Amino acid sequence: MLTTILVASVLLGGAYALMAMGLTLQYGVARIMNLASGETLMGAAFGSFCLFTALQIGPLLSLVLIVPLAFAINWAIYRWLLSPLVRRAKNQGMLEVDSILATFGLLFVIEGAMLAGFGGNYYSYSFLAQPVTLLGHSFGLNRVVAFGVAALVALGLYFGLNRTRYGTAIRAVAVDPVAAGLVAIDVPRAAAFAFALGSALTACGGSLLSMFLTFNASMGVVFTMKALIIVIMGGVGDPRGAVIAAFLLALVETLVAALVDPGLTLAATYLLFVLTLLFRPQGLMGRRA
Amino acid sequence: MIFPMQRREVIAVAASMAALALLAGLPLADDGFWLALAITIASYVAMATAWALFSGPTNYVSLATAAFFGSGAYVVSALAETAPWPVVLVAAAVVGALLALATGLATLRLSGMYFVIFSFGLAELIRQLVTYYQTQFTGSVGRYIFVTISAAEIYWQLLGLCAIGLFAGWAINRSRLGFALRVIGDDETVAAHSGIDTARAKVLLFSISGALIALVGAVMAPRFTYIEPQIAYNPMVSFQVVIMALLGGAKRLWGPLVGVIPFVLLYEWIAGRFPNHTHLLLGLVFLLVVYFVPQGVSGWLEKAWRKLQGKSA
Repeated sequence: MLTTILVASVLLGGAYALMAMGLTLQYGVARIMNLASGETLMGAAFGSFCLFTALQIGPLLSLVLIVPLAFAINWAIYRWLLSPLVRRAKNQGMLEVDSILATFGLLFVIEGAMLAGFGGNYYSYSFLAQPVTLLGHSFGLNRVVAFGVAALVALGLYFGLNRTRYGTAIRAVAVDPVAAGLVAIDVPRAAAFAFALGSALTACGGSLLSMFLTFNASMGVVFTMKALIIVIMGGVGDPRGAVIAAFLLALVETLVAALVDPGLTLAATYLLFVLTLLFRPQGLMGRRA
Repeated sequence: MIFPMQRREVIAVAASMAALALLAGLPLADDGFWLALAITIASYVAMATAWALFSGPTNYVSLATAAFFGSGAYVVSALAETAPWPVVLVAAAVVGALLALATGLATLRLSGMYFVIFSFGLAELIRQLVTYYQTQFTGSVGRYIFVTISAAEIYWQLLGLCAIGLFAGWAINRSRLGFALRVIGDDETVAAHSGIDTARAKVLLFSISGALIALVGAVMAPRFTYIEPQIAYNPMVSFQVVIMALLGGAKRLWGPLVGVIPFVLLYEWIAGRFPNHTHLLLGLVFLLVVYFVPQGVSGWLEKAWRKLQGKSA
């Protein structure tokens, strides 16, 4: 029983980690708290669903299409919708309020578009739905594959941020946008790139989740909430913290779903959130401000 | 400076009382379509005013209106058959205040971001908890509400809540608490350094706001006759209240009032003509408001008024 829960939560945590890393990039670098993140996730899930059912393109292949598309769309969103707010804001607090409101509006626009297209029904499709045995228990192959892809993408991101020149520039903007500008880093461009990359990661998580999850058009809020809490629990702006927190959250959620009631997963999420706020508001990896 | 302000305030209070008396007469003239529309408008005026009471001066965006509204409605479904109506209302206010208190104590000691995030998922969280409780312990998720209360009585109670909200906003504005909140909204660090217990002021005000919104939920509950978590904790309510308050301008007491009326009319039109695209269109309206009316209609009007006075003087 315990091994099942443990393995299942690790497999689930992969997709959560991608989404949370996306969000932490957006908030840490672009300084935008993206409340529409869950809608990006669901959008990608629906994209994979459509490609699979209409054109028989598997979700792993469709990643090649969906992730760059999410990158491009969100680059445009940042460029046309959010950067005017960045320029208008007199200080960080004002930008926070404005970006919350703008992405909150965006949430309803994207959700509305999905509701108009798909209605409120639940969707799922069957891909790689055969059992594999791990540690003596059987799990869906789709979950294992999704975790493998998530781990690869996360590793790629880690090396990209820490071992490349542009990755270093992005981290510099996260630390101090003004100082980054002084050393000839194009800050608006780096912010747009980080925002778009964050959404691309989220979209990747969405496509992977769609392989084994039943979803509908208005589920985005719950995922945004999970990702936000993972980001805070991990320490804002720290991808390593996001990964650890993602697995913790997946573990608590799987435990609650298995031992108490599957309808209480959000309550489990909030419990972790409140504990974080009470005992370690700066997050697991964050330093005290 | 202070004396003429007071005279203006006396006029404003007298005018609002007269307007309130006039509005209270509406059910005598019509008890069909217009009364129903007036009830919708009054409920949103009360909620948007209560929302702006807290979020206006502090700049802390609360996305949890549906959580308070739904909890108020649920108190009615649980108590209405056994307790007299005033007791039900008091219970709803207490539940709303406690919910706000818990949210506030968990998040308002920290930066505004935590508060926004907590409030963002709160309605969904409580919806899950209520659903869980009902499936585990009561057997059925939905509940019928049998309260003998006429539409006119609901309308009058909502008007009363609007009046309470506006009066509370006016009274708080003049009090030390109001001053403290404006300092917090301008710069929280300065507020803390000048000896303001920022967390206490914020939690207190959020509780008042939460209690008022729960009361609106309680008064509106008999209109539903049947409630289930999906209806009571509809995220649309949070969304609409924010958009209305912003459209009118959350910084002024009368701002939400100005925003609600055009928005409710617009919403009725959109919901009637494009029932499948309400979400999408409202989202677009919301973005337009955020981008093009950042100060709200009341900000516009005030600017125009000042310009007009400048010319005549």
